[in-house]
Amino acid sequence: MPVFDLSQTPLRELNSALHTLGAGANDTAFEVVNPRGHHAVAVGIDTSVVVEIKGSVGYYCAGMNDGGTVTVHGSVGPGVAENMMSGTVIIEGDASQYAGATGRGGLLVIKGNAASRCGISMKGIDIVVKGSIGHMSAFMGQSGHLVVCGDAGEALGDSLYEAKLFVRGSVKSLGADCIEKEMRPEHLAKLAELLGKAGITDVKPEEFKRYGSARKLYNFNIDNADAY
Amino acid sequence: MCGIVGLFLKDKALEPRLGDLLSDMLITMTDRGPDSAGIAIYGGTTAGKAKLTVQSADPASDFTDLGSDLATADIDAAVTIKSTHAVIEIAASKLGEIRAILCDIRPNIRIMGSGESVEIFKEIGLPKDVVSRFDVRSMGGTHGIGHTRMATESAVTTFGAHPFSTGADQCLVHNGSLSNHNNLRRELVREGMTFETQNDSEVAAAYLTAEMAKGKDLRQALTGALDDLDGFFTFVVGTKSGFGVVRDPIACKPAVMAETDQYVAFGSEYRALVNLPGIETARVWEPEPATVYFWDHEKAA
Repeated sequence: MPVFDLSQTPLRELNSALHTLGAGANDTAFEVVNPRGHHAVAVGIDTSVVVEIKGSVGYYCAGMNDGGTVTVHGSVGPGVAENMMSGTVIIEGDASQYAGATGRGGLLVIKGNAASRCGISMKGIDIVVKGSIGHMSAFMGQSGHLVVCGDAGEALGDSLYEAKLFVRGSVKSLGADCIEKEMRPEHLAKLAELLGKAGITDVKPEEFKRYGSARKLYNFNIDNADAY
Repeated sequence: MCGIVGLFLKDKALEPRLGDLLSDMLITMTDRGPDSAGIAIYGGTTAGKAKLTVQSADPASDFTDLGSDLATADIDAAVTIKSTHAVIEIAASKLGEIRAILCDIRPNIRIMGSGESVEIFKEIGLPKDVVSRFDVRSMGGTHGIGHTRMATESAVTTFGAHPFSTGADQCLVHNGSLSNHNNLRRELVREGMTFETQNDSEVAAAYLTAEMAKGKDLRQALTGALDDLDGFFTFVVGTKSGFGVVRDPIACKPAVMAETDQYVAFGSEYRALVNLPGIETARVWEPEPATVYFWDHEKAA
């Protein structure tokens, strides 16, 4: 298993090694030690490689991930898993601003808290936060799911499109055009699935409330519902 | 962008290393802003003494015989020259008097800050060059703050660099930009504050000084700033014995804090903190928006 010590090795060597992995590559598990808050650690992965990062990182960790499984044994700076396409990113600690922003797919799990703008402009990503999230989260969220086991800050889901939001604790305030919605069986089933994937066993889907778009702010047309 | 750092020591054993630790933190933040850099060190107090940090564009002529010329004007001063800056130590009772005398005998020097404890050094250039020019690594102290600037609101000059000091032992570093600083500056001028620059951050520093002059403590002044300052800001502020942090309600300017039994540290990014002793087991968190954080050596005791 390749081990990259970022106190000794330039970051670009790690990211180049991850980018040159082709189909059928022998090295499928990487370990990164001493990340020391570096930015852009393990960005642009496009295979099913597994990366274990032992420590805290800076901006944009695992950005654009497409198929990789990245675990950070520490906390992450702004923009973790930004624009993720597919795969899984797991943060054992806390995440700073705009975690999972613009993500198109895959699963982002944050075991601590996430700061402001979590899931901003999300477009299909699933985000599960075991702790709480900050203000303006899921702003203009288009599709995907945001699951929060703790509380949400101000203006949750402002200008929301069709992303589905589930919060177990309190919501400080809802943003424009975001409302609480009925929790139907298919939502409970989806919540159970996402909590299961995130390895969270001590909370029940029934403990959450669902929030979504009131569909008054944007030109929602029921005929286009399948597009989301 | 801009990069800001701060370090408030709880453990006296670390005090000799303050300048060294803070220098590393600031240099790590270089790529957040390469225009100018500055550092304020609270070096500790000597009973009955006060310090002024002054700056000159022509230190060779302005600082030569400065001590003896002050003695002629009946001010007993110890002058320590550090590159373009000099620290003048005098009796605390002379602090009001010396400003007028300096204006008279050295019209070209500028006062960067004054007080019982603080020394302020700032110049155009990279943090590593500013740190070495003033030999910041050798300085000990109780707490300090630093800034590396990417200029937005005013010119890249020595006086546009941070920290800004507008009151005795008070200084401020700022990441962000204020949008109501012109109006607020006019109001503060009417209240008697004076300004050295057109910089927005200097207005924030002067606002806090004016509020504290009205009897508020740093925590109360920072709380007032949340209502009275409009724009983006993460501030780190020092007073003689205190250290405060506040972010605006939108909180898009980054901030990370760490606390152990030995210190409280602030960095624009976690990278700035990675060389601190015991960081692996420190409590590390992102300060909440619109929330005042404040530590004080005197109140903690």
